[in-house]
Amino acid sequence: MSIPIAEIEDLHISFGSVSAVRGVSLSIEPGKCVALVGESGSGKSVTARTLVGLTGAGASVLAARVALGGTDVTRHGERQWRSLRGRVAGLVLQDALVSLDPLRTVGAEIAEVLHRHRVVPRAGIRDRVIELLSLAGVPEPEVRAGQYPHQLSGGLRQRALIASAIAADPPLLIADEPTTALDVTVQAQILDLLAERKAAGTGLLLISHDLAVVARLADHIHVMKDGVFVESGPAQEVLHDPQHPYTRSLVAAVTSLTRGVSRSDSPSRAGNATTQREVVLEASELTKRYGGRRAVDGVSFTLRAGETLGLVGESGSGKTTVARLVLGLLAPDTGQVELDGQAWSGLAERDRRPRRQEIQVIHQDPLSSFDPRLTVRRLIEEALPVRDEGRVAELLDQVGLGVDLLGRRPRELSGGQRQRVAIARALAPEPRVLVCDEPVSALDVSIQAQVLDLLADLQRELGVSYLFISHHLGVIHHVSDRVLVMKDGRVIEEGDVHQIFNAPQAAYTKELLAAVPQLEDAIRS
Amino acid sequence: MKRLALSAGVLWGAVTVAFIALHLAPGKVVDLIIGNSPGVTPAVRQQIIKDYGLDRPLLVQYVSYLEHVLRGDLGHSYRLQIPVSRAIGDALPATLALTFTAIGLALIFALVVAVLTAHRRPWLRGLFSTAETIGVSIPTFWFGILLLTVFSFTLHLAPAAGGLVLPAIALAVAPAGMLTQVLRDGLENALDEPFIVTARSRGLGDFAVRLRHGLRHALLPAITLTGWLIGLTLGSAVVVEQVFSRPGLGQLALGAVTGKDMPVVMGVVLVVALVYVIASTVVDLLYRVVDPRLRTEAPS
Repeated sequence: MSIPIAEIEDLHISFGSVSAVRGVSLSIEPGKCVALVGESGSGKSVTARTLVGLTGAGASVLAARVALGGTDVTRHGERQWRSLRGRVAGLVLQDALVSLDPLRTVGAEIAEVLHRHRVVPRAGIRDRVIELLSLAGVPEPEVRAGQYPHQLSGGLRQRALIASAIAADPPLLIADEPTTALDVTVQAQILDLLAERKAAGTGLLLISHDLAVVARLADHIHVMKDGVFVESGPAQEVLHDPQHPYTRSLVAAVTSLTRGVSRSDSPSRAGNATTQREVVLEASELTKRYGGRRAVDGVSFTLRAGETLGLVGESGSGKTTVARLVLGLLAPDTGQVELDGQAWSGLAERDRRPRRQEIQVIHQDPLSSFDPRLTVRRLIEEALPVRDEGRVAELLDQVGLGVDLLGRRPRELSGGQRQRVAIARALAPEPRVLVCDEPVSALDVSIQAQVLDLLADLQRELGVSYLFISHHLGVIHHVSDRVLVMKDGRVIEEGDVHQIFNAPQAAYTKELLAAVPQLEDAIRS
Repeated sequence: MKRLALSAGVLWGAVTVAFIALHLAPGKVVDLIIGNSPGVTPAVRQQIIKDYGLDRPLLVQYVSYLEHVLRGDLGHSYRLQIPVSRAIGDALPATLALTFTAIGLALIFALVVAVLTAHRRPWLRGLFSTAETIGVSIPTFWFGILLLTVFSFTLHLAPAAGGLVLPAIALAVAPAGMLTQVLRDGLENALDEPFIVTARSRGLGDFAVRLRHGLRHALLPAITLTGWLIGLTLGSAVVVEQVFSRPGLGQLALGAVTGKDMPVVMGVVLVVALVYVIASTVVDLLYRVVDPRLRTEAPS
């Protein structure tokens, strides 16, 4: 057993009177990956940041021992921390669009580390930057070094961010949700890159809310909830034989989304073939151009009563544009949308408005679609044709919320509660069609499963149809009856959910499916 | 290109407004030209009307005025008996020097104070923030008189007339207050962004983080404000020049207004509009220099 490159013993962190972390201990060895898994607010990020002395203003940190490379750093002042940051530990955050300075070139960002720690002589900085970019798998590094984050794709940005974190070749790399903002194929590539670093001997502290991501890299897993480690152990044990109920619920939530548990497998839906039902929404040959680019290119589909049509694709595939065309927020260049057999897309807004209640939408981030000053009661009331206390209570009950939340404002709700309120509001005018645009992407895994189940229950009760848009294949598999796979504005493949997931025809669909992190692979291996 | 058309539009608007104002002013234009000079016979009066083309239809006069302005000919001062362009050319450098010194002082103050006080202890931040608010709200001429009384008449540290430092300080106070508030606000927003955490995780010190990463983001709104403040300060400079008895556009404009020397008044209006347009064009270009996101299109 080698000397751990990072150790934390009995760590306590509090912000004012709120205690965020209570007595956690961990140790990371060279070439190993330790993962912290938990939901937002569980204290995993702040725990990791004690290893770079960046717990933030107002945090009081108490620990029996925090050591980096065998040196106790508990009494380090800011100056000593600065000499360690970047050199002994590198930090990779989520979304590089905001984690790299948007006003500086990625080359300048990487050079900053080299400069700060005098890794190479000044004259050699440029060459080293290019070397690091190519080490991080960035093609054409000479060109990319001179570009700004917004000019790079999400995957390249994230690689550049990793290049800056490993510039001074630190023995420890802390990756805080490093793939959360990325598409699934890109996510797989970034995880591979981190695996390369690990193989090269870097110790990795990986933080994620997603067990499936962690399963690909972790040697040791700590499951964190409310500031404590509820379960710790070798990755295989924790994933294969979870002891704590919370870990079990996490594993269950992930497997139901990755193993291909489709709800159309359930007996209640069997023999319930939706193909005979009436068509509520029909899109034919939709095309929409932005500038010279075809965002949507000849997309057709039908949505029947009580059915869920999954629309899956990576960012830029045109799925959100389809949603906006269907909602009548954008007019198609060619093609048309019919709602209930009547023209919908070609109408003047004045003629569309009386029928607006028939098609509703829920978004990824309900917080930004709510007026922050309104209470839950007002938010739902607004969507009702007439004010009706009883109906508001009924809707809340349908989405599994109590009337005690009526007086709350959006910021006072949890992410899951907010999405439930958004669903209640969307259902208030009794729509025929609900467009769900990435409705669970911003939620933690266990909450995702609950919201998806709620949507399924509501569909059974109310017979509403869903156009369900997501980049997450597991989610699409879980909710859909039929699936459209989109890429570059076109429909690549279309079919029954079983056919798409079990016998995909198009090469692109196969590629997408292969890139999904599978918990089972890790468990079986 | 669009920018250029807009600038031309603003200038054309200023010329037109000045022209309309001249003709709406009480009394006939010819009387403004004659002014108070006694003993002008009706014959002379007719001659002047003819000389100045005042007997032509208004539209023709307007077009002819536009033509002259386009050629850089702003007319002839009745009072000073020199071309308006020369009168303005003589007065403008002093006023521009005053304006830009004041803006420079305001910028330096704002940068230093914002960098030092953003996200610092509440009492320190509060102290400066209050001072800035007071600075924005006190009248410039009053503060000018105060400075004169203290530094020139009581302490004898500065000349009572013609100096640059005191009037520039008086003029800088309000812009400094506004700029500091905007810069600090921008800096505090930037310092809360994730890329600041990344920068710190590279071992950068607090000061380096503020200067290298925070400040550029804070500059964006401050640049817009500065463009606007240059125009505003030029206007205030006219007042401050009077308080400090400094020659410049202020004295010229005041003399022209009291003496009903309309060509000069119109010329001054035009020049102020021109400075405004130049300032906002420069601001627009600077914005592109600071923010690369405005220079390029979306990722390919």
